[in-house]
Amino acid sequence: MYGKGIIKGLGVTLKRFVNTYLDDIAWWGHRYYNPEGIAHRSSKDARGVFTVQYPEEKLPTPEEFRYVPFLVYDEGADGKKEVRCTSCGICAKVCPPQCIWIVRSNDPQTGRPVAEPTEFYIDADICMNCGFCVEYCPFDAIVMDHDYEIASYQRNVLNMEKLLKPASYYKSIRPLNYARNEEERKAKDAARAAKAAMAAS
Amino acid sequence: MATLVHTETLDLAARFPGSATADSRPGYTGWIINKDKLIEVATTLRDEFGYDLLSSVTGVDYFPDKMEVVYEAFKTTGGPGIRFKVQVPRVDPIEVPSVTSIWPGAEFQEREIWDLFGIKFNNHPDLRRILMWEGFEGHPMRKDWHEPFYEEDNKPLKSRWPDGKFVSAEEKNVYKDNLQFPPNFDPEKVLFNGEAALYGALAKYQTIDAGIKTDHVVVNMGPQHPSTHGVFRAAVVLDGETIVSLKPVMGYLHRNHEKIGERNTFLQNMPYTDRLDYFNSMSNNWGYSLAVEKLMNIKVAERAEYLRVIMAELSRVQNHLILIGMLLNDLGAFFTPALYAFEERELILDIFEAASGSRMMCNYHRFGGVSRDLPEGMLEKIKGLVEERLPRKADEFDRFLTENEVLISRTRGVNVINGEDAVRYSITGPVLRAAGVPYDIRRAQPYGIYDRFEFDVALRHHGDIYDNYLIRLDEIRQSLRILQQAVKQIPEGPINSQKPQYQVRVPAGESYGRIEAPKGELGYYVVSTGKPNPWRYHVRAPSFINITALERMCVGTKIADFVAIFGAIDIVLGELDR
Repeated sequence: MYGKGIIKGLGVTLKRFVNTYLDDIAWWGHRYYNPEGIAHRSSKDARGVFTVQYPEEKLPTPEEFRYVPFLVYDEGADGKKEVRCTSCGICAKVCPPQCIWIVRSNDPQTGRPVAEPTEFYIDADICMNCGFCVEYCPFDAIVMDHDYEIASYQRNVLNMEKLLKPASYYKSIRPLNYARNEEERKAKDAARAAKAAMAAS
Repeated sequence: MATLVHTETLDLAARFPGSATADSRPGYTGWIINKDKLIEVATTLRDEFGYDLLSSVTGVDYFPDKMEVVYEAFKTTGGPGIRFKVQVPRVDPIEVPSVTSIWPGAEFQEREIWDLFGIKFNNHPDLRRILMWEGFEGHPMRKDWHEPFYEEDNKPLKSRWPDGKFVSAEEKNVYKDNLQFPPNFDPEKVLFNGEAALYGALAKYQTIDAGIKTDHVVVNMGPQHPSTHGVFRAAVVLDGETIVSLKPVMGYLHRNHEKIGERNTFLQNMPYTDRLDYFNSMSNNWGYSLAVEKLMNIKVAERAEYLRVIMAELSRVQNHLILIGMLLNDLGAFFTPALYAFEERELILDIFEAASGSRMMCNYHRFGGVSRDLPEGMLEKIKGLVEERLPRKADEFDRFLTENEVLISRTRGVNVINGEDAVRYSITGPVLRAAGVPYDIRRAQPYGIYDRFEFDVALRHHGDIYDNYLIRLDEIRQSLRILQQAVKQIPEGPINSQKPQYQVRVPAGESYGRIEAPKGELGYYVVSTGKPNPWRYHVRAPSFINITALERMCVGTKIADFVAIFGAIDIVLGELDR
């Protein structure tokens, strides 16, 4: 019969239409504007409406999610910002669009480089969010952010002031990465202490 | 055709004494052919030895002595290919005979070489610029050509560290824009005449029909047209509603990906490959890492091999779903099928995001493995998708569309291309397989670990749009088969066989890595001189080469079918224009 295929296809559409309501009823008011509802809508069992009503609702960002990087500082004893960056320049060298600019500090007396940057710029307009700077940083000093709402009317050149964020923020957005880094740092410190002890004895 | 000779026994030097010599530079393979004998050798290769598919043609600028044109030919029956080269001195005019008479698929690629390298191809049917506009100054891929914001030949740039005072790039140019003009340029006095060459290339004629004089009409579809999937333009000559001639115009999204690639270090190219076919960054990464891993001669970690397969096949599934949705959109079904496709794609992109950190610009591969392991619970999610949901959804698409009478009457018999022509025009991927040629690189020359999986090469025989639609559904099902095996077999272990290095050492030499990307054969030709940056980085983009035959596909059909044909080829402008 001519038209059978169309009717069959429309059946699929009708089923999906009905499913929308069935799922709404099954979840009875909990399907929208709460985390379980969002998780359900992006799971394999989702049927019916699957859209997430941004900005009222937001998809949770997975831990590995990467957006424009920031610099990590540890909070010192008297609230001093201990910047982890040693201005070694690996991030600036590996950056594919070359959007990282670093001024290395020099000790005014000796003229030797100091392990902290004087200035650190990231041109966020050019940054392609590839995450190489983070991947190859030997000091875990630079981390990809989760904050993706950075639209602005101006050019976005981030300087030290805008880039620096505390380690506690890093811990809050990437708990697993943070724990892994801490473990590595501890292991490194222990190895260094053991070496020093060996040299001393 | 004579009996096929096996590659291993193929000795071109013995066959063509004096005009073919083996390439003896360290790290190089293939044959160097005398320029005057090129046509003869190429004809022999195709007719006697069976290299019927000319996959890639590209130029290399060995500044300052010579230019080289590199050809990669393969057999559609499978197996390794043959690489041959023509070397010419680097003095203008640089001339090489065109091989379009033997492999018409070389047409656009030779135009690209003329455009970017300034190598002239004698007897080429339509040698015009293709990616740059007519009137562009110079040939950008030459090593002595410099772009407007030129700083240095290679990254990392010295101005960034250790004394990196930020300067915006625009500040460096007097026009405060990415513009460059020849010396003494006066915009008042220049008349651009680019379009004349384009319209000159279109066959112009008039017909007298039953005593009524009719004229042909030139219609420009695009560059801003909803059916062209981006900024693509086709200049079409119409007789009534029938297409009599067609020339694609492209390059609106051109950013000279390859020049950027030569400035970059080897690793820095990885995120740039994401931006080629932005639907399938996972497979783009693979082609490039394959080429460089070949040069570095390293093995990939076992778990990473499986992760690569899983990601590439998921990527193929979502690409084909989108293609079906968008094809229906082009045919006038509006957004229902497209949205159904997007729903499944969203679930796949969630996996990419959790594994790699980004939904579309995955940047997932590293030389020797992948960048991150799957997060906890993700394998279960993938299992749930590929074993339960996606097969169900593929069936739903089948029910939804396959028997639809409107779809059938609109697409069946609208001839895209037959198998023989498809091979001649270097078409690869689903379009070739829909035309009845069972050529799939995953089977013909398996890369990665594809030889461990059981799957069939999807095949259809008519080559019309309907078959092009059906083959995508077939391929989704085959990809799901591979995925179901892969998620069961995936072992635990390290995800990279190499130590993480921000600058890899790549020995001198050349390599061509090719994969079966969802749109066709995606190849990367990489030349290394042992320095941190590639000397030559070429992308053989399936979208670009598959539309070489666009005119051949469209002539004789109605203008409304052009939209459908174009939709069925499956192109992405990011890859087409590079």
